[in-house]
Amino acid sequence: MVHQYKSNGFNIVLDVNSGMVHLVDELTYEMIAAFPNMERDALVKSVCEKFSDGTPDEEGRLLKGEELYSEAQHVYDELLSMKEAGTLFSEDIYEPYVEEFSKRETVVKALCLHTAHDCNLACRYCFAEEGEYHGRRALMSLEVGKKALDFLIQNSGNRKNLEVDFFGGEPLLNWEVVKELVKYGREQEARYEKKFRFTLTTNGVLLNDEVMEFVNREMSNVVLSIDGRKEVNDRMRPFRRGDGSYDLIVPKFQKLAEQRNQTDYYVRGTFTHHNLDFSEDVKHLSELGFEQISVEPVVAQPTEDYAFREEDLPELLKQYDILAKYILERRKSGKWINFFHFMLDLSGGPCVYKRLSGCGSGTEYLAVTPWGDLYPCHQFVGNEEFLMGNVDEGVTNLELREKFRQCNVYSKEKCKNCFAKFHCSGGCAANAYNFHGDIHDVYEVGCELQKKRVECAIMIQAAQAQNS
Amino acid sequence: MKHITTLNAKNLKETVKKGGCGECQTSCQSACKTSCTVGNQKCENKNR
Repeated sequence: MVHQYKSNGFNIVLDVNSGMVHLVDELTYEMIAAFPNMERDALVKSVCEKFSDGTPDEEGRLLKGEELYSEAQHVYDELLSMKEAGTLFSEDIYEPYVEEFSKRETVVKALCLHTAHDCNLACRYCFAEEGEYHGRRALMSLEVGKKALDFLIQNSGNRKNLEVDFFGGEPLLNWEVVKELVKYGREQEARYEKKFRFTLTTNGVLLNDEVMEFVNREMSNVVLSIDGRKEVNDRMRPFRRGDGSYDLIVPKFQKLAEQRNQTDYYVRGTFTHHNLDFSEDVKHLSELGFEQISVEPVVAQPTEDYAFREEDLPELLKQYDILAKYILERRKSGKWINFFHFMLDLSGGPCVYKRLSGCGSGTEYLAVTPWGDLYPCHQFVGNEEFLMGNVDEGVTNLELREKFRQCNVYSKEKCKNCFAKFHCSGGCAANAYNFHGDIHDVYEVGCELQKKRVECAIMIQAAQAQNS
Repeated sequence: MKHITTLNAKNLKETVKKGGCGECQTSCQSACKTSCTVGNQKCENKNR
C-alpha cells in the first residue's frame, strides 16, 4: 500500500508496509500513482503525453521530448528496483506475526494510578466528571497504592521498565500518598531488579516549590494541563467558583519547565469546538517559553456544546497544516518547539509489534481506582462493564482481558486500508467504544485528525532533511 | 538525474526479527490520554 500526497511544496510518498518515506519529483509522483496498473511502455508513453509541455527536474530545468522519455524510462526502472527491494509497493507480511505475538504471556508494565477521584478545577470537558468518574469522591490510601505497585511488580514478568502515572482527578490532592508510593517503589527496585518510571499529570493548582523539587528528582515525565490562550483555557478550565486557572498556573508551569531544562515534560491542552483555531494556542504556549507541547482534540458526545461537528473537520485539518509550518519557522528562527503529535523517528521508532498492538490497554496498561479496582485504562474507569479485577486478586475478568488482547490493527476492519495504521495502531479503544459500543471499531473524527497529523509529521521531516 | 530521495534509514520489516521486547513507553503514559499515538514512541530495545 502506498500513500502519496502533496504538502508544503513536497511530493511525499509513504510506503505503508515498510514505513519508508520518499520525496519525489513531479514526474515520479505521477508514475507512482499509475505504476500498479500499467506496464512499462504504456506508463512511460502516458506520462510523456501528460507532460508534453515539459516538467521541471530537480534544478528547475524543463524536461521535454526525448530527454523526458529517457528519464521516464529511468524512473520506471528505479521504481521497479525499489519494489524488489521492498521499499515501495511492499507487501504486508505482518498479519501472521500478530497471531503469534498475541499468544505471548500477558504482562502488566504500566499503571495509571487514580490517586485522587477529586479535583480542584471543574473543567467542562473532563471525562472524569470533575474527578469523580461517575462515582464518589475518594483518595487512594497508601495501602491500596502499595498493593497496586506490588501487583505491577508481580505481573510484569521480565520487563524491567515499569511505568506508574499519578493521575486523577488531581493527584496533588493526595500528595503525601504520592510521595510515599514513590519511596515504596524505589525500595522495591533493587529487590526485584525493576526500574520504576514515575510520571505525574497535574493541573498545577497545588504545585509549589516542595512539589517541584520532588517531581524533578523522581518523575521521569510530567504532564502539565493547560489549554493555551488565557480566554481559551479559562473558558474550559475554571475553578469550581467559576474563575479561570490560567493566571495561577502559567508562572508555576514556566518555572517547572525551566527547572527541568525544557525536557521530560509536556504542557498538554485540549482543544474543542470553541477554539477551532487551536494552532494559535500552540503558538501561545510556545511564546510563553514552553518547548514540549501536546494539544489534543476533545472527545465528546455530540450533545455537548464544545463537541466537534462534522463541518469543523476541514478547519481542524487546516490548523494542523498551519501548525506544521509554524513549527518549521520557529525552529528556523532558533527557538525549539516539539509538538507531541508530530514526533516521528524515521531512523528507528517503535518496532512493528508495538505498532500492531497499540497502547496496551486492558493488557499491559491498566488503570487503578482509589479503592483498588482495575480497569482497562483511565477512560473506562467508572463503567462497571469494564471492571477487570482489583489489586488484591489481580485480573479476574480474563474474558475481558482476552478481548483487549485480540484488539489490534488487523482486528479492525476499518483500519485495513488506512495508511496511518502503523502510527496509531488502530486508535483508542475507549473512543471506539464510546462512539460505537465496540472496542474493535474506530472513532472516525479521531482517524481523520490522526491521518493529518501523520502527513504533517512526515512533511516536517522532509523540510528538515532538505535544509540539513 | 535524481528523482527520488528516501528519508528513512530503516525499513519497518527489519524490526520483525528483533522487535517486541516491550520495554518502550506506553503511549498514554507520555502525553496522550485521549488518543492513541504509538508511532512516535522511542524504541528501547537494547538488542536491536
